[in-house]
Parts: sequence; C-alpha cells; structure tokens
Amino acid sequence: MQIHYNFAFFDEGSKREIRRATLKAIAIPGYQVPFASREMPIARGWGTGGLQLTLSLIGKDDVLKVIDQGSDESVNAVNIKKLVMKTAGIKTTEETQEATIIQSRHRIPEIPLTEGQILVLQVPLPEPLRDYEPSEYNTKRLHAEKEYSGAWLMLFEQIMKYGHMASDFDHPVMVENRYVMAPSPIPRFDNPKMHYSKALILLGAGREKKIYAVPPYTKVVSLAFDDYPFEVESFEDKHCRLCGATGVYLDELFNEETGETYYQCNDTSYCLSRLNEQSESRGVQHG
Amino acid sequence: MGYVAVKGGTIAIEESIKRLKYERLKKGVVLDIGRIEAGLRGLIDQVMSESSLYDETLAALAIKHAEGNLEEAVFLLRAYRSTLPRKHYSQIVNTKDMSIERRISASFKDIPGGQILGATTDYTHRLLDFDLMEETDEDAVNWLSAYEKEMLDEVDEKHFGKLPKVSDYLRKEGLFSECVMDNTEPDDVTRKSLTFPSTRSQRLQVLTRGQTGAVTSLAYAVIRGYGSLHPTVGELRVGYLPVYIDSPFHSFNREDDAYYIGEIKATEVEMLIPETVEIGDGKKEIKFEIGYGLCFGQNETKAIAMGILDNSLEKGNRDYPTGDEEFVLYHIDSVESTGFISHLKLPHYVTFQSKLDIVRKSKSKQEM
Amino acid sequence: MDDLSNPVLSVKKLNKQFGPGCSQCGKADSAVLVKNFCPVCGTVYACRDISFDLYPGEVLGIVGESGSGKSTLMRQLYFDQEATSGEVYIRFYHDGKKNVLNESSQQKRYIRNHLMGKVYQNPLLGLRMNFSSIGNIAEKLIAAGNRNVGQMVLRGQVLLEEVNIPLFRMKEEPQKFSGGMQQRVQIAKALSNNPPILLLDEVTTGLDLSVQANVLDLIRNLQRELKISMIVVSHDLGVIRMLADRTFVMLEGKIIEQGLTDQILEDPQHPYTQQLVHSLL
Repeated sequence: MQIHYNFAFFDEGSKREIRRATLKAIAIPGYQVPFASREMPIARGWGTGGLQLTLSLIGKDDVLKVIDQGSDESVNAVNIKKLVMKTAGIKTTEETQEATIIQSRHRIPEIPLTEGQILVLQVPLPEPLRDYEPSEYNTKRLHAEKEYSGAWLMLFEQIMKYGHMASDFDHPVMVENRYVMAPSPIPRFDNPKMHYSKALILLGAGREKKIYAVPPYTKVVSLAFDDYPFEVESFEDKHCRLCGATGVYLDELFNEETGETYYQCNDTSYCLSRLNEQSESRGVQHG
Repeated sequence: MGYVAVKGGTIAIEESIKRLKYERLKKGVVLDIGRIEAGLRGLIDQVMSESSLYDETLAALAIKHAEGNLEEAVFLLRAYRSTLPRKHYSQIVNTKDMSIERRISASFKDIPGGQILGATTDYTHRLLDFDLMEETDEDAVNWLSAYEKEMLDEVDEKHFGKLPKVSDYLRKEGLFSECVMDNTEPDDVTRKSLTFPSTRSQRLQVLTRGQTGAVTSLAYAVIRGYGSLHPTVGELRVGYLPVYIDSPFHSFNREDDAYYIGEIKATEVEMLIPETVEIGDGKKEIKFEIGYGLCFGQNETKAIAMGILDNSLEKGNRDYPTGDEEFVLYHIDSVESTGFISHLKLPHYVTFQSKLDIVRKSKSKQEM
Repeated sequence: MDDLSNPVLSVKKLNKQFGPGCSQCGKADSAVLVKNFCPVCGTVYACRDISFDLYPGEVLGIVGESGSGKSTLMRQLYFDQEATSGEVYIRFYHDGKKNVLNESSQQKRYIRNHLMGKVYQNPLLGLRMNFSSIGNIAEKLIAAGNRNVGQMVLRGQVLLEEVNIPLFRMKEEPQKFSGGMQQRVQIAKALSNNPPILLLDEVTTGLDLSVQANVLDLIRNLQRELKISMIVVSHDLGVIRMLADRTFVMLEGKIIEQGLTDQILEDPQHPYTQQLVHSLL
C-alpha cells in the first residue's frame, strides 16, 4: 500500500484555513485567534502550533531555520526540520540571515531579524491570564473588555512575596496598547526584541488551538509598574567562553573535573558565525 | 553513549530510530496485518473510536507500527487523518436502521423486540484460558464450520435486523420531557475549534473522540459522588449502520439517488436519568432525561460513560468538576493530554536558566 | 459643596425576573401570581418596579426576609446580574444623564471600579482568598488604573489600619483569616478607590455577635468620617436600626413601606413590618 503525503503535509483546504486564521491574527495584533488545530505527526506540546504555521506558509522557494533552546542541532529542532524537509523538500539553513522562515522554541535569535523574515514561535500556554482565571469563557471576556487587572495583580503579588517581579520567562506584554499577550516561554531577555520588530512574528499554540501575531513595527511593552520597571536576566561580567560575546543570552555550564562554572552563547549559530569570523580575521593576520 | 540533549541531535535521533526498529523486530518475527485485524478486535475498535477514523486495516497498521502502544497508535491515525481532505458529509444516519447484533436494556425485562445478548465478555469467567496457548488456525476453521452448522439448525426467526428503540416506547408512555426536533447543522470540532459555551454537537464529538480511560474515569466520578446522577442503561445496542452520501451528480437530491458507501460498526447507548420537572400549578413530576453515547466499534463502557457525561454537561452543575464543560472537554483527548505530558521530556534549559536568574535575585535581595 | 437634594443614585422602575414569563402572569402584578411566583410557567419576579433615590452622605437600609428580593436588587446595582428592565442613574457618571443599565460591559466595569464598592455576605465573592490581603486591595486600585506599587501599598496600609488589620499580616491571604477579619478586608477593598457609593449586602450575617458589633462599629465610623453614601441590606432590623437613616421594607420583590428608620421602628404601618418590628422587641 503506497500512500503519498501532500506537499507540506496538509491538504490544501487545511492550509487555507490556517492561513485565514493567521491573516486575522496579523490584522488584530496580540489577539488570540482560535483555529481548528490539526493533529500532527509530532506530539501536541512539541511544537505543533508552530509547525502548522510553518507548513501552511512555506513555499518551494523558502529557506527554513529551526531552533530549539537556541540550538539548531537540538533533538526537537532536528526532528521538526526533518519533517518539513520530508514533506516539502525545501532548503534549510542554520544562518539566521539566510532564512525566510525561522521556527523557534523558547528563544528569539541574537542576530536582529529583518523585513521579510517570519519568526514562528511555538507556544504551550497562550493565555496570559490563565493562572488568574482558569476558565476560557471568562478570559475571553476579560480580553474583550480590556480588563487586565489580573495580569498586573499577579506581578504585584510577586513583588509582595519576593521584593521584585519573579516572572522568569513568558513575561506578559502589552501589544499596541490593546491586548495583553503571552510572548511564549522566551526569557525576559528576548521580550524587547519583539518591540518594533522588523520581522513578522507569528505565535502558534497547537494543543490550545490558538494563533496570534505581532506584525512588523508593532509596539510591544513588557508589563511593569512605574516604580518596579521590567528587567531582563543579567549576565553582568559574564562572557561566552568560546567566542567571547557579551550582552547575549548565555547558558550556564559546569565543568565536572574542575568544578568551575562557565558560560557559553545559548544561540549556537550566532556563536559559530562569530567564531568563523574570528578565525577568518586571524587567518588574514597569519596569512 | 551519553548524549547532549541540545547539541549533536541529528545523529542521536537517527540512532534512536534504529534502536526503536530493533526493539520491534528483535525476535525475528513480524506481525501480520491480517492477524491483527482478525484477533485484536477490541484494540482496533478502541483505536478507531479514539482517533475518530473508521478503517480497520489502517487501525491494524497503526497498531503494528506502534507495537501495540494504544496512545501511539491513536496518535498515528489522528496525524494521518489531518492529511485527508473532507470530500463529503454523509446523510443523517438514523440508528433505528442499525442491523443489530447485540441489544440489552437494564430498565425493562421485556423490551419490544426482546433482549439480545450477542457477543459479550460480561458473563464470561475471567479465568485465563491456557488452551489458547496451543490454538491453531486449523482449530479455528474446524470450530467455525461446526458453529455455522449449528446456526443453520436453529430455525429461530432471525434476530438480526432492525428493532424499535426503547426510548420510543417510553416516549409514547409520556415518561420523557417533551423535546423539540432540532435539525441545526451540527458543528465539526475538527474544522472549527471548540468555543464556550459549547453546543451539544461539539460536546458529543469531543466525548466520542475522548480517551477511553479518561471518559470512563470522569463518568465514574459522576455516579460515585461528584455529580449525584443515578442513571440506568435504557438501551445499549451494538450493530452496523449503513452510511449514504448525497449524489454529487444531482443538485436536487432525492433519497434514491444517494450512494451507499459502506457500513460502520457502532455502539449506541441511551442512559435514562430521572429528573424532577415543574409541570405548573407548583406541582412537580419525575420524568426521564436521556444521556446519549455513540462510539465507533464495540466500546460499551466508553459509550455508557459518554452518556453519563453528556447528561452531566447538559445540566452543567459547576459544583462538580464533571459539570464544568471546560474541565471535561479540554482534558479527555488522548493526543492532547499525552502530548502535553510527554513534552515535559523536552529540554527546558533556557527557561530554567531564566528561573535560576530569578532565584538568585530573590536570594540577593533578602541578603541585603 | 454637594447639592444635598440631588441624589447620587436614582433607581427607576427596576424589574428582575427569573424565567420567561407567560401569557398568564404577563405583568409583574398579575393576579395569577402566588406571592411573586407564577405557578403556570414557574417564573419568579424577584424585583418588581423598584424605585428610590439615594442622597449624598445618606445610609439607606433595606430590610426584608430572605427571598424578598433585596440581595437581587444589590446584584443589579453592582452589575453582578443583568436587570430585566428599569433605569439607574449615577450622578458621577455623565452627570446622571445616562441609564447605566444600558451601558456596555466595559463601561459597567468602569463604574464598578471607580464609582462603587460592594461588600458581600460571602467573602468568597468579594475577595481572592489565595491572594495576599494587600494584593486584594491593590486589585481594585489596579483596575482603576494605578501602576505604582509604592502608592498602592501605602493606600492599602492606611485602609488596613482603618479596619484594624495588623500591618504585619498584610501579606497573608484572607483564607488564613477569621470570618470577621475577612469582612474587614472586604470593606477595606471596597473603600480603596474612595467610591462615592458603597453597597453592603448582609455583611454581618453569620458572624459571632461580638464580631458583628465590631464590624458594625467600623462601618458607622467610616461612614461618619468619609461621608460616603451607603445602601445597607439586612434581614436583621437590629443592624438597620444601628446604621440606616432611612429604611425600605421589601416583601415578595416589592417595596411595601418606607420612611425614616425611627419612624418605621416606632410606627410601622404595614402588617408585615409590624410583625417584623414586634419580633425585634
């Protein structure tokens, strides 16, 4: 029994429906558009929302980059890339600049994105008010009425308990002064990259069946109080052990033998390209 | 061989997939799809019901592929289902047209048409049958021909065929609350996502696609105490339903232009649930409500459980989680629940690093 | 400064029914009704043509047995439930020229957050039991647009002191508090935005007598200090006598008698009120 899968997995009817939801999401920045999320050949919770966006958008000329935890080589990133290649046969890359579509989980690349690029973020829990209000029916109403006291109240409680805002990742943002949005579990470090981003940012939650978007040049502000401003993770005085980069998101690693803690760029393709540049310029010197 | 979860993924995955294949084949024997279809009826019915795709051969293939792992087999079929265009909607299937193989009622001894026990494990002793260790295809063929002869000798009028429904009888007696015929086009949760408050067609679809264990457990909670429902099986029937589609060649559809595309085996349950209703003049009366369950294949426990949850959600008593539609409908889908639970195995290094930063920050604040 | 004869809240012909109504009961005062219940279709007429005004700095009492419609009335005023028909005007909202019942739910939220406070009989309805007490007060301030933690904490502390909650317990969740303390946190929360109108629904019901006295004292002192206009609902004439300047008696969804509280207590007219007053003595 030989069965051929469609180009980019879906039948055209399904793609059209997902694109329709995507267009609506772009038209209403930050608003969660419900869509009939399909079951995918990878598990719910493993990036099916992002994957559905990628598959519905991708054309034969596109160049795809997939990262997970900042790495192109992470098992899940490889797995997603393999599936898209298998069903769409398109070109993939690890170079951020070269990609037309970048699907990512938990990170926005260090290299600034440009116009024409699309960043697809995988989202496990799209509802920023869920911890405050468990019912979907009610949170929909709160969004409709722009009633976001709950989002601020949760931050207020953190300040009362810990003396500072303690949202580690997925720190809520206000999009174009209208919708409070979950930026997906990116570190706070990446939140400012959404603000007036030149690239289109699409967010897909497969299991929760929602698509939302930050169109290019959209105002995205992390929630904070006047006297407790939003702060990103600090890597003060730390630098990447390999390429020496500072001011980037670093992974903390531990050397079993020496008992030393050291740091390394989390964005591996960024680190690699810096290393290549350095060796080239060294090569010029030596040569 | 250790692996760094984030880096060097490509090779690790390839090797892992080889290892998986090795596990499936290591005894040097291959499962035959025909044998799965022939001998694993219960598993096939469950897989078809949970994946909401009726195809015994594909279900058998999924079971083979998944090495009999149920959640994995359902997952495979659901993903396959996503690639299929929807070409037709069938005509309304009326369960009165079911050709019945089994049909019981726990409410009435003498139901019109009679009780038909049919094939059921209900009255078997669960004594492990060690003879099956030695059973051969030849045994099967011999037993079959003997059984067929025995069936011919029984000149009993044929049971199999259409039978009236128990609920029709009760309705004639006026024991049901009036309900109006509702011919609204049903919603399709696989085409348009669930919204709240949900419609009954959405609820029934999510329930019938639900994970058997999850549907059963929640319904169990309803009747054990978290829901105060005291249902009886009004009628449970198992049999085949014919499926017709409108003729694509005639714009004006007449009944006899329809195409018969096959039949599906299904379990249908109508649960009777007593309910107090106001009848005016301050008087009250007990009437019956129906909880409805319908599943692909012979899935009797699930169909009964579905009937219980249908009624519990219809009542919508928020004092119990089982009366809260979001609680029930959002959490019983196999692909969704197993996917999200298993995603915890994915690396979460970046978010964990971010957590670390916060923990250190709160520590240093307290030291100051 | 305030025009004392200009009401802060005006309610006109407010109706609330549960059920569809039928040709038999049709009107709210139909003869078919048994009390306020239609035996034909089962509809309950919970509030029937309620009209009244609330004046600046006044405490208005509403007394009646359970089922008389007084709590339902409060729910309509605070938009917890939608009224079936009627008009409500608030002086501080568009100069009292707009019927607030017809406003969008976003506007109703604005009114709740800025112009009103409500204290419920059941603290579960008025508080988030698993958020800190100070957070509960901040919630209402945040809803009204405050984004300054320092200011909100300060305001919360003032209020908690006002209602006699020791400040070292301000970060505790109300679920750890006694019933009386929970009611006091609720009152602090309701007062946080200096609302011109405060609704109190059976706030002392279910509390021990000594605690009751304590909460009532608190309310009376706050009222004197802040000159806030209040509607106090209770089935207990004792509470009404202690707090209210003017009182309505409600029965079966209707106002059956109204007047100065002293007058009602000393010279009740309606047989039901007489019965009520006698049982007090």
